[in-house]
Amino acid sequence: MKNSPSFFKPDGLLVYAVLYLTFIYLPVLFLPLFSFNDSTYITFPLKDFTLKWYDKMINSPDMHEALFNSIKVGLTVAILSTILGLLAAKAVTRYRLRGRGPLVSFIMIPLVIPEIILAISLLILISQAEIPLSLWTVGFSHLLLCIPFSMLILISRMEGFDRSLEEAAMDLGENAWMTFWRVTFPIVLPGIVASLLLTFTISFDEFVLAFFLSSTDPTLPIYIWSSLRFPTKIPAILALGASIFIISFFVVSFSEWVRRRGVKLEPTSRI
Amino acid sequence: MKSESLRGYSLLSPTLLAMVLGLAMPLVVLITLSFWIQDYLDFIRTFSLKNYTDFFQKPIYIKILFKSIRMSGLVTIATVLLAYPMAYFIAFRVKHNKLVWLILITVPFWTSYLLRVFAWKIMLGYNGVINSGLLSLGILSEPLEFLLYNPTSVVITLAHAWAAFAILPIYVSLEKIDRSLLEASRDLGENVFMTFMRVTLPLSLPGVIAASLLVFIPTVGDYVTPALVGGPRGIMIGNIIQSMFGKALNWPLGAAISVMSMITVTLMVCLFIWGTHNFRKRVA
Repeated sequence: MKNSPSFFKPDGLLVYAVLYLTFIYLPVLFLPLFSFNDSTYITFPLKDFTLKWYDKMINSPDMHEALFNSIKVGLTVAILSTILGLLAAKAVTRYRLRGRGPLVSFIMIPLVIPEIILAISLLILISQAEIPLSLWTVGFSHLLLCIPFSMLILISRMEGFDRSLEEAAMDLGENAWMTFWRVTFPIVLPGIVASLLLTFTISFDEFVLAFFLSSTDPTLPIYIWSSLRFPTKIPAILALGASIFIISFFVVSFSEWVRRRGVKLEPTSRI
Repeated sequence: MKSESLRGYSLLSPTLLAMVLGLAMPLVVLITLSFWIQDYLDFIRTFSLKNYTDFFQKPIYIKILFKSIRMSGLVTIATVLLAYPMAYFIAFRVKHNKLVWLILITVPFWTSYLLRVFAWKIMLGYNGVINSGLLSLGILSEPLEFLLYNPTSVVITLAHAWAAFAILPIYVSLEKIDRSLLEASRDLGENVFMTFMRVTLPLSLPGVIAASLLVFIPTVGDYVTPALVGGPRGIMIGNIIQSMFGKALNWPLGAAISVMSMITVTLMVCLFIWGTHNFRKRVA
């Protein structure tokens, strides 16, 4: 680091980093910009500043219905996926199971299969079984997609802490349930929060599965998709996108705060 | 000991049950359906190879499948090549606040996927940001038409939409590298470039492989991006599959195309892993 030729290097990479950030930010920043523009057409030069698209967004019952559908599905999926992921992560980290490798790979398949194929094969099964399409079928498909993520997050969290803590609790007379509640759960908590947030986000933003497996109740991405065909509806959609972005900013800041608390706990958990 | 593993299996069983119901069974049904024939709104449920002979005889399906693979391949190469220096920068040059940089990179991806893709329509469209911007600056006298609705716009949009999926795995594998190995290589007389080629790059290869697969597999089947920014020339195999289950109403043929796509993608992935494995052996 201290010899002179390498002085030139950091600069080149820094310039690249700034250019790269410009590339990933620029298109996305036009969305909120045009949500404040007083024109239906998304084109330069900009017209006056307006909040009317936000007003339109607030007074759009269809959009609210889609939003609540997405929140309902997202919360259900996040909770179920995290519970199933937690049970499965405990099974593969705490018990010596025969066939562990193939079983885990089987559960991970949704990560390596194009979503459209997952969507149509579920659609075929569901229609052959004559189950009506609804938010439940959307939720079930999201669950399949989310379980691998929950499981990966929770496995890495469970592998990270010392098993002897659980044994110590058992030796000191706690039963299995209280050991889980008072030792395992607090240590795994940051992983649980991370899993809830990630799976909610995946479900909330998922389009392809919902497109094939929903009926008349749209989720938010379906609503956005159908609105993109109508130029007059687009500015309100941009306002919605900007609002969701701001909310997720606060959610991510909150999760980061939780994670840092988790990191602070770590030194004591290693003893 | 036996009851111990029994408890393990019972903890795993709800997840396995969900996966058997929602993954294994649908795939079996998909393969079965691909051997049936569409008969108006119903199926002829006798074994037939008609869909597969259709797939191989009408050149359009194979052509679009290979076009999709070529486009996703380009997206993967572009995404990984663009992401690598960025990941390298965060792993080796940023001394404090690495997390801030990582968050900075993921922030654009909190916007809805559909809107991120749509953003490129705003950028590249006939009345889009680039055209209307250049027109109002007086650089152009009329809008450029070639920006949107072609395979290139699909590749650019996808390379943007999947950037975070490439950076994070590469960053993790670079971060794991033992810094003393780099010092050792320098002390033994290798220059910066050769140290990178013989130490850093091979050790970061697992991250590059993970990034490539994370980008390649989902983008081959992507349906949203080509539909929004691809135009007729930019359609991919996902759009064909979707139309078989929509307007064209031929579910069995759609199933056969899906099965063939899945087989092709799996073969490509195996080939890729085999290739990188050989590369690693040669370097080591």
